Amino acid sequence: MGEAIAFYVISAFILIFAVLVVTAREAVHSVVFLVIDFLFVAALYALLGAEFLAIIQILVYAGGIVVLYLFVVMLVNLKRPPEAYSDPHRHTKIGFALAVAILVEVGIIGAKGYIAPSPASAAAAALPVTGNTQEVGWLLYTNYLIPFEVASMLLLVAMIGAIVLAKREL
Amino acid sequence: MVDTLVIPLLKIVIVLNATLVAVTYMVLLERKVIAWAQSRLGPMRVGPYGILQPVADAVKLMIKEDITPVRADKWLFTLAPIISMVPALIVYAVIPFGPEVSPFGRRVTLQITDINVGLLYIVSVASVGVYGIILAGYASNSKYPLLAGLRASAQLISYEVAVTLTLVSVVIMSGTLSMAGIVQAQYDKHFWFIFAQPVAFVLVLIGGLAETNRAPFDLPEAEQELTGGFHTEYSGMRFALFFLAEYANMIVVSSVVTTLFLGGWLPPFPNVAALSFLSYIPSWTWFLLKSFAFLYLFIWIRATLPRYRYDQLMNLGWKVLIPIAILNLVVTGIVRVMFL
Repeated sequence: MGEAIAFYVISAFILIFAVLVVTAREAVHSVVFLVIDFLFVAALYALLGAEFLAIIQILVYAGGIVVLYLFVVMLVNLKRPPEAYSDPHRHTKIGFALAVAILVEVGIIGAKGYIAPSPASAAAAALPVTGNTQEVGWLLYTNYLIPFEVASMLLLVAMIGAIVLAKREL
Repeated sequence: MVDTLVIPLLKIVIVLNATLVAVTYMVLLERKVIAWAQSRLGPMRVGPYGILQPVADAVKLMIKEDITPVRADKWLFTLAPIISMVPALIVYAVIPFGPEVSPFGRRVTLQITDINVGLLYIVSVASVGVYGIILAGYASNSKYPLLAGLRASAQLISYEVAVTLTLVSVVIMSGTLSMAGIVQAQYDKHFWFIFAQPVAFVLVLIGGLAETNRAPFDLPEAEQELTGGFHTEYSGMRFALFFLAEYANMIVVSSVVTTLFLGGWLPPFPNVAALSFLSYIPSWTWFLLKSFAFLYLFIWIRATLPRYRYDQLMNLGWKVLIPIAILNLVVTGIVRVMFL
């Protein structure tokens, strides 16, 4: 009961701040609302008992990535009036299309009922470890070793790419 | 009822108030120590040896006029000091001041809460604190605070990488992220981690100085170039909040370094039988003594070292600290797997 109330309150705040992110007039205000939104998402993870994911959400998204957003927004002058664009409503159509697509998706999931738990999560339940952090680490280095290594290779490639782009002469 | 509500609330009230008093007296200590370093007396007028100076400062800051610049972004201008103060205080939730004690027959842990991911919690909350400085710089709508805000964000992001990488090697040693667990690991292994990880200790200390904007890394508030930095436009209690947050963060850094490297509440050499009489001294005394030594060191460094130039700061962070941190991490991993 208490969990359900907490879930709905947190979800309501997530939605309110998500709306504020897209409606705020100043870009910096948008970024601040985005940080608050990420903090509420972290609260949702904590509610599910995934404290490692919650902390990483704050560390990486709220503390790392959005600082870079803020950096860019502060350096770039974004005070252009909406009339400067040829079509001020050009994003509206794409937005509606995306919203409809997501609604259909949620509808399909709702109609089919809950998704059956995958064998991986059943294996996780049987692991002889204690604590969420150890569980995540254990799974990353056993069941999901190859996806994990592929993801780190992708990040390495992105990092080298950024260096090559920034430095024309090496 | 008592265990779930009264005791945690009591702990929170005690820790918060002790922190705020410690912070105000840190300001006095800093002025006194720097004065002694420069053959001066420091504050002497309010109370004997200036002991009541923090009270006078607090009253002065509270009755000062609270000015908001006309062109400032009012909403963010109000929010920024709050954003820097709150993370600096909620970090204290996971700092272990001592082990489980039982006064009046009730078992109480001298820590507000011991969460499974304590160390990560500290790192992530500290990373949110950066917003206070950046937003203060932006919201003031003035050139010096804006420059300071940009400097601060670049500096804090760079040193956060180095510090977090270094902390991983400590976690490899302890095998846990819980703060109380890290102290327990040092007790079980019979040595403080400073002897196993001297490189990590130095890196965290340097990174901690940079993360708290202390000299010699106090570029975001370099008086000579930026007329005070990100808080140039702030006055009264809002300025005081930035000031208090900086000192609260200093106490956090010294507590974390104490816990990770100096065995937290453990007395020196807890496993040597000849020194067992040291454990009759309450454990939190050891914790406070070690933390105080670091705070004194921070002030001493400020009185001694000149400020870094901005490019030197960035070079030190990216080209020296981060490579050493990665090397230390790799060596720690190899040693842990091969020999321990």
